[in-house]
Amino acid sequence: MKGILSFEEIHSADLPRVGGKALALAEMLRSGVPVPGGLCVATETYRNYVRETGLAERIALELNRKPFSEMRWEEIWDASLRIRNMFAKTALPGQMQNDLGEALNRRFGDQPVAVRSSAPGEDASGASFAGLHDSYMNISSPEPVMFHIRLVWASLWSDAALLYRKELELDIFESAMAVVVQEMVPGDASGVMFTVAPGRSDSTAVEAVYGLNQGLVDGTVEPDRWFMNRATGEIQSHTPPPERFRLVAVEKDIIQEAVPPELADRPPLDDPVLQDVFNLGQTAERYFGSPQDVEWTTKGTELFLLQSRPVTTEGRASYESDDKRPWYRTLTRSFDNLEQLRDEIENSLLPQMETEADVLKRENLEAMTDDALAAAVESRNAIVERWTGVYWDSFIPFAHGMRLFGQVYNDSVRPDDPYEFMTLLGNTGMQSTRRDELIREASRTIGKIVTNPEELNSTQVLPQQARDILTSLAADLSELTSMPLPEKETVRIVSTFLNHSGKQPASDPGALESVFLQRISESERPRMERLLDLARASARLRDDDNIYLGRVERELTRAVAEGRKRLEATGRITGTDEPGALQTSEMLKDPSVVFAPGKSESATITTASVRPRQMTGQPAGPGVGTGFARVILSRDDIFSFNEGEVLVCDSIDPNFSFIAPLAAAIVERRGGMLIHGAIIAREYGIPCVTGIPDATQWIETGDRVTVDGFLGQVTRSNPPQREKEE
Amino acid sequence: MADPVEIAALEELLSGQRFAVLATSDKGAPYGNLVAFTAVDNASTLLFATHSATRKFENITSDNRVALVIDNRTNDPKDLHSAHIATALGTARPLEGNDREEGLALFLAKHGYLEDRFESPEFILFEVQVEVFHVVTRFQNVTEIRMRS
Repeated sequence: MKGILSFEEIHSADLPRVGGKALALAEMLRSGVPVPGGLCVATETYRNYVRETGLAERIALELNRKPFSEMRWEEIWDASLRIRNMFAKTALPGQMQNDLGEALNRRFGDQPVAVRSSAPGEDASGASFAGLHDSYMNISSPEPVMFHIRLVWASLWSDAALLYRKELELDIFESAMAVVVQEMVPGDASGVMFTVAPGRSDSTAVEAVYGLNQGLVDGTVEPDRWFMNRATGEIQSHTPPPERFRLVAVEKDIIQEAVPPELADRPPLDDPVLQDVFNLGQTAERYFGSPQDVEWTTKGTELFLLQSRPVTTEGRASYESDDKRPWYRTLTRSFDNLEQLRDEIENSLLPQMETEADVLKRENLEAMTDDALAAAVESRNAIVERWTGVYWDSFIPFAHGMRLFGQVYNDSVRPDDPYEFMTLLGNTGMQSTRRDELIREASRTIGKIVTNPEELNSTQVLPQQARDILTSLAADLSELTSMPLPEKETVRIVSTFLNHSGKQPASDPGALESVFLQRISESERPRMERLLDLARASARLRDDDNIYLGRVERELTRAVAEGRKRLEATGRITGTDEPGALQTSEMLKDPSVVFAPGKSESATITTASVRPRQMTGQPAGPGVGTGFARVILSRDDIFSFNEGEVLVCDSIDPNFSFIAPLAAAIVERRGGMLIHGAIIAREYGIPCVTGIPDATQWIETGDRVTVDGFLGQVTRSNPPQREKEE
Repeated sequence: MADPVEIAALEELLSGQRFAVLATSDKGAPYGNLVAFTAVDNASTLLFATHSATRKFENITSDNRVALVIDNRTNDPKDLHSAHIATALGTARPLEGNDREEGLALFLAKHGYLEDRFESPEFILFEVQVEVFHVVTRFQNVTEIRMRS
């Protein structure tokens, strides 16, 4: 078939259509180095596929929803996941499927293969973009191989690749991906080698593990490490790992296990094989004329070269220090790494945070001198900053657990909706779900006692039993969340819920869970159950971390409020002035400091009034809802919310998510599928769109809006408004 | 909350495009055709011309409410996300006397090749007072740009 080349057919002129990986393998094979045989599916096959299926334009529409510079990291995840799902759901056109299937069958039959990316430009000199694209191991028979070829193609648009799209010169209508399909060698030992060790120009570095090298490459298996004299091959040092694990191919899966006891104390390479590996690196370096980064594997007495590419400087080194992309890439964590992170978060970070908030809560701020209060404000500000750092460094990366599970779920179930997996993660006892249940329960009980909801507004008429329930609910809610609820507002919430219990959490995830687990082979099931458990913890934490952080923040707010109260009492600020934490502390310490409000932005339009009528963001909860908008700008707005309104906010704070089940739809400025609002919306089946720029500015309370959660679109409809309320 | 992206898109359409689809009402039924246009008075006015024997002339005479659609599509699938489209809503009236002279000079500055047409007294120059432009970018982002009256 045109567009499929055996390694023997590839020559240097083919580089633009086969990519550097395939060309290097072909050249090594030709020079006599043992390379597992295989085929390259050239870039023209990718191009024909995306053209004939219309995928090219669908990708363009997906990536042009909004300017890249306005997309948050979570939105890039989402765009990439939706694109991946497009590839997973779009079969090869008939003729292509027949031709490719036949070529694969002729070459490999049912033999297991590795399916790897070979993107032109992936190993461009000057910067290494290794790891942006996907590879899959141990895939057998043409049909699954073709599916995984599509997934490798999809990884041309992986979130990491999208972040580096400028450097990669990614262009929707020009870029293409070649794929290497190669005989799978179930290696006894495997590894990587830098013929020139990073930072040690006279040494060669070799890392080796038992089993497949995938675990080493993705960082889940710790290797044995050697440094060797680059000139002589003499061993300079050997560092074994604390414990040896390996990845092995079992049936259709790859599993991780501890190495058998007889191997546990033995390095995966003995000295003669280590010398063979060293020599292989020398051969590759001589052939390509530059230091090489070589992947290899051994089977019996044979040593195979899996990949050779020039040693390049790490791409991130050349970027500015405010470049967030290296941080972003650290978000992609392995399962084992995430399990460790979970342990740290659940058993160490969250309890510490709670203890710290409790200690602060017991401090008597009113009794402090001005100087002591100023010190308390500063120290609390520092505490909030520290926990905000933890939030970015540990809590957000842990959200990757949901995504990791999502990918496994999508690959095995292949649902129409790439976020179906979120259903399995909801209902996991999030603090906010418990709180909502408390409110509902109280409303039900009061509904039985009170005949007329009006009674709630008058404590004289209200039966004692109902009053007790309200008092206890207010206390429970204040305890459970970081937002103390005055009784008046508790009454309002309860009366809203009284006749309408709001939407109940949507479908029972049990059925989906069994569908998912049935698709998983027996050997992989225990690990997948652990992954699901991890993803649930990840979803729960995504919700609860804001509540925990909210408790700490509340203690800062309390101290600042006490400071402002004192400044107002002495006439140094007015009731409407809102000095920040550090400014409040400065003013408390030094009576000569005068309050200086920050400049407010003004955007005056002289020639025309400009107002969006329809905006596109990210589809975050399927469904369509229409209603009058309620824009939440401050805490007070929450208590004006009426059932059936469209909730418009910057981002749903778990502290006020109890109104979400009453909303006709939800619109958030902050984008992403894995953010709190989207999780709640999916849980209750509420149409939701996130990532709408300036949502709280161009939509006004009282606007009639339609929210299309399938398309990610929000429209103000005519007639534009109902009568505005103040 | 001015968004310069949409304003810039509108300016580019008004200065860069020669033709617009004019929509009129034929006793309540929609009717559309292509006209050469020019934007004047800081985009609050669009000029176009037609013969008094045409259907659009007849339609405007009985109902002066019109819409004009101006876009920069290139007949390529990329247009779906990259093309900009502006729909102008307003009212049309024929220009006479001094207004016509001034308008004609501006109109012909852009469409000189139509000069001969105006030799006929029945070739009428219209102005559309624009109330609002709906500007579409990125396939489905819609912004209302309301003009000063």
